[in-house]
Amino acid sequence: MNGSGSSFAKPGYEPGPPLWLLAELTYRCPLQCPYCSNPLDFARSHEELSTAEWIEVFRQAREMGAAQLGFSGGEPLVRQDLAELIEAARGLGYYTNLITSGIGLTEEKIASFAEAGLDHIQISFQAADEEVNNLLAGSKKAFAHKLEMARAVKKHGYPMVLNFVTHRHNIDNIDQIIRLCIELEADFVELATCQFYGWAELNRAGLLPSKEQLVRAERITNEWRDKLAAQNHPCKLIFVTPDYYEERPKACMNGWGNLFLDITPDGTALPCHSARQLPVEFPNVREHSIEHIWRHSFGFNKFRGYDWMPEPCRSCDEKERDFGGCRCQAFMLTGDAANADPVCSKSAHHGKILAARDQADHGALGLDQLQHRNEKASKLILKV
Amino acid sequence: MMSDIQLTQIPALRRGFRFQWEPAQNCHVLLYPEGMIKLNESAAAVLTEVDGTRSVGAIVADLQARYPEAEGIQEDIVAFLEVAVERFWIELR
Repeated sequence: MNGSGSSFAKPGYEPGPPLWLLAELTYRCPLQCPYCSNPLDFARSHEELSTAEWIEVFRQAREMGAAQLGFSGGEPLVRQDLAELIEAARGLGYYTNLITSGIGLTEEKIASFAEAGLDHIQISFQAADEEVNNLLAGSKKAFAHKLEMARAVKKHGYPMVLNFVTHRHNIDNIDQIIRLCIELEADFVELATCQFYGWAELNRAGLLPSKEQLVRAERITNEWRDKLAAQNHPCKLIFVTPDYYEERPKACMNGWGNLFLDITPDGTALPCHSARQLPVEFPNVREHSIEHIWRHSFGFNKFRGYDWMPEPCRSCDEKERDFGGCRCQAFMLTGDAANADPVCSKSAHHGKILAARDQADHGALGLDQLQHRNEKASKLILKV
Repeated sequence: MMSDIQLTQIPALRRGFRFQWEPAQNCHVLLYPEGMIKLNESAAAVLTEVDGTRSVGAIVADLQARYPEAEGIQEDIVAFLEVAVERFWIELR
């Protein structure tokens, strides 16, 4: 890893430090969730950084100011060196988060990670109902094991975040989902409606909830919040709506290359989980230092500042608030990553968002029509 | 919410919360699952004293000795601790 190479840094633009480092350790995963955020062509490469390479990434990113470190994937538990990586990261001063499906987790591992200094475990559920959960996860025994592991995480004293990815086939059970999380003593509950990237974008017509479903789910969540507050209960409910029902785009990643640094299994560095699909050249940690990547690389500077924006963003007085939205969504829906995110009602392509809402009300797809995320499907997509 | 902190109570960071100095941000932060709060100097001065063994009264006495010119310091410390309890950053024992 060297720091050489030309600089694409924008004069006068000083990016914030990469406070959040996401280490996507592997694309291997025992589950097949149809809303996975991994790229559709993940089967293209099976290359993974070595233990020593990951630790060097952690060291350099920490020097740049990274404080939160997420171990993710794929399923990070399939890496046999996970405890070693946790210990190294904790030693560098990171707050260490394990983001897992719970499949492959055992009580021995929970104990050994605690000894290595792991700060927190997030377990994702597919539904609060055994049958739907297992159907979505593409696994027959996932649900029972997740419950057992969630109880073990609390028993070992960790704070616990439970993450439920919600969509049209499970969001109507939100009351049951919240009830389950409280019973499991979650400290934080993320009720996150699918964001439409990767496999979720492919399956959007079968996942996007209707407006009516969303309004109902948010109302029930608010009722639970009031109930918890009245009991002085520490559990915090975080409700994430899909931006398909907004008229202004989200300030994606707090701006391009301004807070978030994602390192994929093969060492490619990205400004967000789904940027790999963009026709932009991204640097690799095997060739460049984190400092060079963050400050000087072409990919991380591509959409910094405002000079790259076409209309309607260029002259918009809200551009400093939302940075024109999400580059990946602009690319997926308009074919040009520099365009305004079509979520914005000022976008000439906003009709695509309206059409998706209409489909959610009328022509949505069933649970059995979702394309599960697996190696075979990924290879088929690669051939197209 | 509640405002009945007793000087004899002992504040401690809630499990999963970590307080540390971040050179890159030039400030103290409170880290928790997937989140981070930047702290101003006075909040950091109070949290530096929160070690799970010393009482609110001891913390007030210590900060009064260190900042003798600061007026109404006890009220400020108690007000901050109330906010920290309300947001579930710390617990009182």
